Amino acid sequence: MTLIHASDAAAPVRERLGVLDTLEAESIHVIREVVAEFERPAMLFSGGKDSVVMLHLAAKAFWPGRVPFPVLHVDTGHNFPEVLEFRDRTVERLGLRLIVGSVQEYIDRGELQERADGTRNPLQTTPLLDTIGAHRFDAVFGGGRRDEDKARAKERILSLRDEFGQWDPRNQRPELWNLYNGRHTVGQHVRAFPISNWTELDIWRYIAREGIELPSIYYAHSREVFRRDGMWRAVGEFSRPGPGEEVAVRTVRYRTVGDMSCTGAVLSGACTVDDVVREVAASTLTERGATRADDRISEAAMEDRKKDGYF
Amino acid sequence: MTTELLDRQRPAAGTLFRFATAGSVDDGKSTLVGRLLHDSKAILADQLESVARTSADRGFGGDQGGLDLALLTDGLRAEREQGITIDVAYRYFATDRRTFILADCPGHVQYTRNTVTGASTADAVVVLVDARKGVLEQTRRHLSVVALLRVPHVVVAVNKIDLVGYAEDVFARIEADVRRVAGELGLHDAVSIPVSALAGDNLVERSVHTPWYAGPTLLDLLETLPTTDDKPATAFRFPVQLVLRPQGALAPGLDVGAFRDYRAYAGQIVAGTVRVGDAVTVQTPGQVPRTTTVAGIDAAGRELDEASAPHSVSLRLVDEFDVARGDLIGAAGTLPAPSAELAASLCWLAPRPLRPGTKVLVKHGTATVRALVSAVVGRLDLDTFEAGPAAELELNDIGRASLRLAAPLPLEPYAVHRRTGAFLLIDPQDGSTLAAGMIRNGAEQ
Repeated sequence: MTLIHASDAAAPVRERLGVLDTLEAESIHVIREVVAEFERPAMLFSGGKDSVVMLHLAAKAFWPGRVPFPVLHVDTGHNFPEVLEFRDRTVERLGLRLIVGSVQEYIDRGELQERADGTRNPLQTTPLLDTIGAHRFDAVFGGGRRDEDKARAKERILSLRDEFGQWDPRNQRPELWNLYNGRHTVGQHVRAFPISNWTELDIWRYIAREGIELPSIYYAHSREVFRRDGMWRAVGEFSRPGPGEEVAVRTVRYRTVGDMSCTGAVLSGACTVDDVVREVAASTLTERGATRADDRISEAAMEDRKKDGYF
Repeated sequence: MTTELLDRQRPAAGTLFRFATAGSVDDGKSTLVGRLLHDSKAILADQLESVARTSADRGFGGDQGGLDLALLTDGLRAEREQGITIDVAYRYFATDRRTFILADCPGHVQYTRNTVTGASTADAVVVLVDARKGVLEQTRRHLSVVALLRVPHVVVAVNKIDLVGYAEDVFARIEADVRRVAGELGLHDAVSIPVSALAGDNLVERSVHTPWYAGPTLLDLLETLPTTDDKPATAFRFPVQLVLRPQGALAPGLDVGAFRDYRAYAGQIVAGTVRVGDAVTVQTPGQVPRTTTVAGIDAAGRELDEASAPHSVSLRLVDEFDVARGDLIGAAGTLPAPSAELAASLCWLAPRPLRPGTKVLVKHGTATVRALVSAVVGRLDLDTFEAGPAAELELNDIGRASLRLAAPLPLEPYAVHRRTGAFLLIDPQDGSTLAAGMIRNGAEQ
């Protein structure tokens, strides 16, 4: 067989794609692969910055078409009102269908027990798996990034879950080249992580470059807070200071946005996206270390939650 | 060791460089990776505190309060408990010259599977050698996988050089062995560096203990190795992922009239460059190739004059013939003639062996076709690098096989391009990935 090579050593060295362009191209490729190969995909969307970026990438992947799947929010019931408002506005703007799995309803029905520490993040697993099952979703996009956590660093971009939604870290499929194998049997589903290779700083630089809107609590604002576990916690309906926890007004912002009962704010004067990029670049703490009480439970908190079917 | 203010500044520009590490048992690979991350200031204070706490709990470094840097990468419960690395872990760090994605591949459990996974996307592989042990059987195996997967660069980190008293002659002997073994495999630009992961010699900072070594530090080298993008242009290749024909499901805010007849093919450019007006050939599996012209290149609302790998774009074509997922679009006249006979190198990754007669799925680009294994041609002896006859391939074997495809595909040798020449073998029953495949059709020999 003869092959014709169009190689042209004399061709000018083209301007290479930058880091953000390369990451964007990879993520769009993954999102399109999943939509092409699965029957019923859905995308997790909480209004947090990672899911906002992921949804922005999905909108780009199918332009000029509409994002061809519903978005799914597992609502802990302990929300920042600004984030819920943003979530609904975004869903409206992109013409999407929103499916909500409610932790509160499970608690009200007595199917889930409130934890002693009041944290509801670990309680999201059951409503998540039930919603996936009820809608027969075979692929669920998540905004997890490998730089977030040691367990996430080991998860594949396409991660197979068994009938119980469990992740088996010791028995993962090899992921080779850019060839993703999403085949699964009845009852199994796949979690797809298109922004696996992005870091927190990449996310913020991309938000700045693309002019992506975020919930206002990502930027510096004045808020009543109190100190708990070394973190600044907002005073709110679901987060009350205990005895000896003094309430003060501080200028803060959120580096991550999750359940109000376990997400801490950081002292910050970063009012614009460029301020945040500079702040994140100079930060000496990881975002989870700085802001998530649920990951301080043990060295392997995330791994244990993931094995049970968590995001 | 200090936990002073760490500078995570990195350039918004710069390029992405992917590399993998491979090593044998106890050669200090996790420590090397931890040290590289730590010394390049990619580790933040809370991560260090956590490592310090666990190190102290386990009495690492005695009363000195040393840090077990391996804890930075061994993330799973079982890994931390057993002090081993189980699965490929991905790490991220940046210098002012480059942004790095590191695939940290464990050496002992399923080393072929892990090394193949990490090496498949890598621009470089760093192979660790223990200075006290020199080039081992494992080292030869790692190097042969690197050669088979055609990773552009290989670096051998001769670790624990402190434990041989920073002896120049020990390093020189290992370097000569590496050059000989790598040379046999065609890895002619393999570079050896004397390092100590524990002491930090020649990883980020040049060591005062090795005045006889004039070469670069490991990080210097990683920052300056050419990326695949620097290679001369190869012919345009674009596997079609899906057809974008929004019709009734247009994104809100767009003008329905303007997009009524919109039809484009979405995909990621895996090789070369495409320009508006270029003649392209569309190869549908099992059909006669058709040639047309590129009418437009869209990137989410932006019209481009040209686009290059690895950009994800949508192509509009002048002729409206039926194009679908699984089709390959290439620069006109450059696609190989489709063939139903696939000759391949395989890394067999499944517990059950590969035998002639096995039915599999071949995933090549965006096409998935059924196939039958017609023959196992041979197995590579990783110790002698000789291909010997074999009736079957077992877990972690590397061999050659021929397959008959249910539909002919444009098969391009892996030696020409790592993306278009690669494929997966998938079990049609349970969906598991059976093998990493590299096309040999059209290659020499």
